Amino acid sequence: MKLLSLARTVVQQRQDVGIMCICRRFSTHEDPFGVRSSPKQTDHQRQMMAKGLPKQRPIEGVKNIICVASGKGGVGKSTTTVNLALAIAAEDPKSKVGILDADIYGPSIPKLMNLSGEPELSADNKMEPLVNYGVKCMSMGFLVDETSAIVWRGLMVMSAIEKLLRQVNWAPLDWLLVDMPPGTGDVQLSIAQSLPLKGAILVTTPQDIALADVRRGATMFQKVHVPVLGVVENMSVFVCPNCGTSHHIFGQKGAQKLSRETGIEILGEVPLDGRVCELSDAGQPIVVAEPNSSQTAVFKSIARKVLEKAS
Amino acid sequence: MADVPQDAPEHCPGTESDSAGKSSACQGCPNQTLCSTAPKGPDPVILEIQQKLASVKHKIMVVSGKGGVGKSTFTAHLAHGLASSDTVQVGVLDVDICGPSIPTIMGLEGEQVHQSSSGWSPIYVTDNLAVMSVGFLLKGPEDAVIWRGPRKNGLIKQFLRDVDWGELDFLLIDTPPGTSDEHLSVVQYLNGAGIDGAIVLTTPQEVSLLDVRKEINFCQRVELPVIGVVENMSMFVCPKCKKDSIIFPATTGGGEKMAADFNIPFLGRLPLDPRIGKCCDEGKSFLEEVPDSPATDAFKSIIEKIRDYCSKRPVNKDTETGEAAAQS
Repeated sequence: MKLLSLARTVVQQRQDVGIMCICRRFSTHEDPFGVRSSPKQTDHQRQMMAKGLPKQRPIEGVKNIICVASGKGGVGKSTTTVNLALAIAAEDPKSKVGILDADIYGPSIPKLMNLSGEPELSADNKMEPLVNYGVKCMSMGFLVDETSAIVWRGLMVMSAIEKLLRQVNWAPLDWLLVDMPPGTGDVQLSIAQSLPLKGAILVTTPQDIALADVRRGATMFQKVHVPVLGVVENMSVFVCPNCGTSHHIFGQKGAQKLSRETGIEILGEVPLDGRVCELSDAGQPIVVAEPNSSQTAVFKSIARKVLEKAS
Repeated sequence: MADVPQDAPEHCPGTESDSAGKSSACQGCPNQTLCSTAPKGPDPVILEIQQKLASVKHKIMVVSGKGGVGKSTFTAHLAHGLASSDTVQVGVLDVDICGPSIPTIMGLEGEQVHQSSSGWSPIYVTDNLAVMSVGFLLKGPEDAVIWRGPRKNGLIKQFLRDVDWGELDFLLIDTPPGTSDEHLSVVQYLNGAGIDGAIVLTTPQEVSLLDVRKEINFCQRVELPVIGVVENMSMFVCPKCKKDSIIFPATTGGGEKMAADFNIPFLGRLPLDPRIGKCCDEGKSFLEEVPDSPATDAFKSIIEKIRDYCSKRPVNKDTETGEAAAQS
C-alpha cells in the first residue's frame, strides 16, 4: 500500500509542475487559473480530448440509478437517501431497491441502516451487499475499521468507488440510490462520467450558505449532462416541543429561492425534528420506525414524485 | 535518509537514494520507472512555503470529518474574536475548494484577488483581518470548481506559497469535510513551517461522531496536535419560552465523551441560535451583532482557551525547523 501511495505522490508532484507552468504562462487577472480553453476547437481536438475520459457503462441488472447529492455537507444527504429508498420500496412494493454509499471518507449508511460486518464474496468473486429493511447496501464502512481514517488522495478513491460499483452483486435492482459525498470533486465527476444516471436529487437546508454550494452542485450536474430531478429542503422548520412555536433555525424559503432562480422543482420540505436524529443514531430510519409520522409522509410524497419523473 | 517502503523488494536501496530504480534489486518492482525518473529529496516548495510563512506566528487548522457541523462559521468567528484587539493580526485561509463559504460568511462576496510584486494580496475585512479563498477567484456564485485532487493540490500550494500575508499572529485554515487531498496537501506543505494544532468540530449525534473520530485518527497519523474538540449545535434555546430543546441528541455521550476517549481537551459547547445562521448569510459577525446571546459567551470562552494554548507554544520556529531540515 505504501509503495502505491508513494508512487501516486510522485505522479501528483509532476502533474503539479504542469499546472504551475500553465498558470504562469497564461494567467491573467480575469482568468487566474489560465485554463480557459480556446473557443474554436476542431472536431479532431475534441475527439483527442475525449479519449482519456471514462466510458459510461451501466451496471448489469440495475435498471435505474439516481444520485442524492448536494454541494454542501451536513444537509442530510444520507438521511434523505435512506428514507427515500425505503419510501420508494413502500410505494412500489414489487420494486427492489439498493443504496450505494459513495462517501468514502465519512460513510454514514452502515449506521443509518443498522448494518455492520464484512461482505461475503460470491462464487464469481463479487461482494454481496448487506441487506436490512429489504434494501441492499454497500459502503466503505463495511470494509474498514470504524475509527480508521481513510487518508487517500483522489486517485485511490476512484479505484475504490469503481470496486463498490462493479465488484458488487447488485442485480437484480430496479432502483439504485447513490449517496454522494459533499463537494464537486473526484467522486462526483467519476460517478457522473462512468454511470448512466437517471437523475440527481439535490438536498439543501434553507440557508444561503448551503444554497450557494447547492447551486454549484447543480452547475456540475449540468456540465456532466445529468438531469436534476428536483431539490429537497431539509431542516426547513423546527417546532418547539414545549410551546409549539415554529422557528426557522437555518433560515427559510431557501428551496423556493433556488427553484425560482434555476427552475428546479421542489420535491419536498422536511422539517427538523430531534426524533429523526435520535432514530438515525439507533439505525431506525423514520420511514420504518414511525410510518405514520409527518416526516414519513413527506418522504413518501417525494418518492412518488421521483417514481413518476424517473419512470 | 533512504525511504524503504513496506512491500519493497529485498535489498531495495530506498526511494530517495541515488540508485533508486537503477539497482539490480529494482528489476521487476512496480515502482521502478517512477523511482528512476522522479525528483529526489523533499519538495523544494516546502522550504519556500516555510520561508514565506516565517512571519506567521501561529497556524491553526479547523477540521471535522463531518460536513455541515459549522467549521466555516466557527473559523470566521474565531477570526473575528481574535482580531477584536487591533494589535492582533489575523489571516483566514479557506482551502475548501469545492464549497468555499468563507467569503460569504465574512461579508466579502464579489471581491477579487489582486496580484502584486510580492504575491497575491488577500482581501481585508478590517485592517487586521485578511482572507484568502478560491471563492474570490470564481466568476460568479454558481461557478462550480469541479476539480480532481492534483489540481486542488496545485491551488493549495499557490495559496500557501504565493499569498502575501505579511506579519500575522494567527493564520486560521478552514478545511472541507473528510480526510482527503486538501487535508493531506496542507499538512504536507506546512511540514517545514509547522502547524500549531487542529481544532476539531462536531455535533452531538453519533452519526457525526463516527466521522469525527476518523478525523482525530487522521490527526494522530500525521502527528498533528489536536488543540481540542468543540461541540456545535448542542441545544436550542427557544427565544419564545426560553426552554432548552435537544435537536441533535448526544445518544453516545456527544463531543465531550469522545474527547475524553481520545484524551483530548474538550473546549466547550456552542448552542444553536437562529441568529448565527442569519449573520453568516449576511456576512456579519455574530459576536458583534448579538453580544448578549449565550452562544456569544460560549464562543468567547472557547476563543480564550485557544488563545491560551497558542500563547504557550514556541513562536520562534528555529529549533523546530532545524529538526525538520535534519529529518528530511
